[in-house]
Amino acid sequence: MRSVATGNKAVAEAVRQANPAVIAAYPITPQTEIVESIAGFVADGTLASQYIPVESEHSAMAACIGASATGVRTFTATSSHGLLYMHEMLFWASGARLPVVMANVNRAVGPGWNVWAEHTDALAQRDTGWLQVFVATVQEAYDTTLMAFRIAEHNDVLLPVMVNLDGFSLSHVMQSLDTVTLGDFIPPMVLPHRIDTANPQGYGPLTGPEEFYKFRWEIERSMRDARSVIAGTEKAFAETFGRKYGMTDEYRCEDADVLVIALGTFGKEAEVAVDILRKEGIKVGSLRPRWFRPFPDLDVKGRDIVVIDRDYSFGFGGVLADSLRARYRVEPSSIIAGLGGQEVTYDDIASFVRTRMPGTETWFGVHDDV
Amino acid sequence: MAGTWGRISTAVSPFPNPHYCVVYMRTGISMAEIPKEEYVLKCTSGCAGCSSTLCLRYILKAAGPETVLVMPACCTSVIQGAYPNTAMNVPVYNIAFASAAACASGISASYRSLGKKTNIIVYAGDGGTVDIGLQALSGAFERGTDFLYICYDNEAYGNTGMQRSGSTPLGALTTTTPAGKIHAKKDIDSIVAAHSPPYMASACSAYPLDLFKKVRKALEVRGPTFIHVLAPCPPGWRFPSDQTIEVGKLAVKTGMWILWEREYGKLKISAPSRAAVKKPEPLATYFSAQGRFKGIDPAVAEQLRNEVRRNIQRFVREEEQSCDQ
Ligand SMILES: Cc1ncc(C[n+]2csc(CCOP(=O)(O)OP(=O)(O)O)c2C)c(N)n1
Ligand code: SF4
Ligand SMILES: [Mg+2]
Repeated sequence: MRSVATGNKAVAEAVRQANPAVIAAYPITPQTEIVESIAGFVADGTLASQYIPVESEHSAMAACIGASATGVRTFTATSSHGLLYMHEMLFWASGARLPVVMANVNRAVGPGWNVWAEHTDALAQRDTGWLQVFVATVQEAYDTTLMAFRIAEHNDVLLPVMVNLDGFSLSHVMQSLDTVTLGDFIPPMVLPHRIDTANPQGYGPLTGPEEFYKFRWEIERSMRDARSVIAGTEKAFAETFGRKYGMTDEYRCEDADVLVIALGTFGKEAEVAVDILRKEGIKVGSLRPRWFRPFPDLDVKGRDIVVIDRDYSFGFGGVLADSLRARYRVEPSSIIAGLGGQEVTYDDIASFVRTRMPGTETWFGVHDDV
Repeated sequence: MAGTWGRISTAVSPFPNPHYCVVYMRTGISMAEIPKEEYVLKCTSGCAGCSSTLCLRYILKAAGPETVLVMPACCTSVIQGAYPNTAMNVPVYNIAFASAAACASGISASYRSLGKKTNIIVYAGDGGTVDIGLQALSGAFERGTDFLYICYDNEAYGNTGMQRSGSTPLGALTTTTPAGKIHAKKDIDSIVAAHSPPYMASACSAYPLDLFKKVRKALEVRGPTFIHVLAPCPPGWRFPSDQTIEVGKLAVKTGMWILWEREYGKLKISAPSRAAVKKPEPLATYFSAQGRFKGIDPAVAEQLRNEVRRNIQRFVREEEQSCDQ
């Protein structure tokens, strides 16, 4: 069914259709529309979930963990400070092998208070054992949220999934949305290690040095297996609903000498810059990683790379640029742009490409000589 | 099932939240009737004379096998045994220190929507209750979560080696109050009472039958219920491990710890405390039984004595007012 919706509404609608048994969430700008919509669905009976209006994000994730441990589908949504407040519980969810699905509306972290888009909140959770996917359109937010449940709950994965969408520049942007008739696209959740009073076990007890690392390895093995589950799910989605996704979203990359690499909406907006630059004779393409964990295989060999980080790791560099340097031994032109919602236009992205200097880092808009 | 359980009214309760109702009320049970089944097996890692383990033994006997324990970081994280073994014969869901009540909310929401009546019991220490877990506890009670929250109070952070908690009494030595605690014990019961739970009680490991009965009662009530159990700790309180029961009894006999229950806000002082509230034994006997009050400043001891006196008066007066209603 075709309609027009915001990114937040699209996520909420996908959650309604995925029909989690338990949803526990705490409001924070710019995620509020998701929880308000879901609370509305529960109130008007279009969603049969138990909605737990928790008193904090730490408790939101703890409640999702408790519910998920009983073997039922769970969902939460948060942003920025809320995500950071959950940090401890993020490790708990993945370590306990629970397929919680969460929407994170990417927002800067204070001080000063800033509600606008930035990816540092999510990227600071890089090592928590969550799968992370970044979406760039309203349609993609909806489709990916649906797929997230199937991927998380797949027996080869059983890890939580974080669906990231940019605050305001996607969460509050109206675009067309084509909703699907879900059918049995998401199979019923089966958690092999659900709590069972007929078979009493200890969950997460003291685990010594001779055993602990084995559980960590199990997480990594599932992260690796997740690649084929993601591919299989995206393929099934394309076959069932006709929309194609992959680990990355590529635009005019085949013959490109230069690649613009960015997460989220910047990665999509780069496509407009690509068209502008192609007219100028620069052979450029946009390579947008959708998945950040597990990290995709990118074809970057022999090309100039302009990477835009809407995040920063102080004392080191842009997180995406660092990932590319470490994984592919490349020397990208690293651009730090869009922090806390800083305005970045297509033309700005085009000029990042024109003025690229491999091996350098440039903070967009910063002109000091230090 | 031990004891006889008579049905009482499920009609309108005097309690402000209409969701809660007492479905059953027990009418008598003796020590001999306590189930023989053991859910705390004989392979715990508790210290010799650990009363927290003893409490859990009776709590689980009262709750039976259709129970899930939710446990934040605490001594019992250790007591339950290490992977791949467990000393507990019910599922134990370990969860981060601050989050037990919230995790239990999730389990409760799922089970109740599936129509499962499984007992969901948080078993948390005083630190996990009155300090770091307070927010989650408050949230779960405010939301009317159907679960039983039991705080076993050894009056310090036992797991990490006996540092002070908000529940450590005034004057007590801990590893972070080497000169004695200068702040009074936090009154968690009043905080919980402010959430108007349908049932709450205090208990003490030295009176297992009283604890057993209170657990049974709490589990028959729908909504959030709370039991605060004093759990003397030999290494932490610095007394010989064969004195655990004696120290618990002294706490009650001196009025330092009062046993009571509050049903729909109505307070009743429990049998073991009846004599103590009339004529408490001298507090000095309680102090001298433990090393943690060694060398206590007489002025601090006097302050504690006044505190105990005020507390007894407060409970007696509240009970009288409850009767008048
Ligand atoms: C967030 C966090 N901070 C600190 C700790 C370390 N820690 C584990 S148990 C504990 C004290 C527990 O005290 P209490 O709740 O009274 O239980 P007890 O050990 O006395 O049984 C502390 C400080 C932790 N596990 N998590
Ligand atoms: S420190 Fe105290 S509460 Fe903890 S196991 Fe030992 S005796 Fe029990
Ligand atoms: Mg303690």
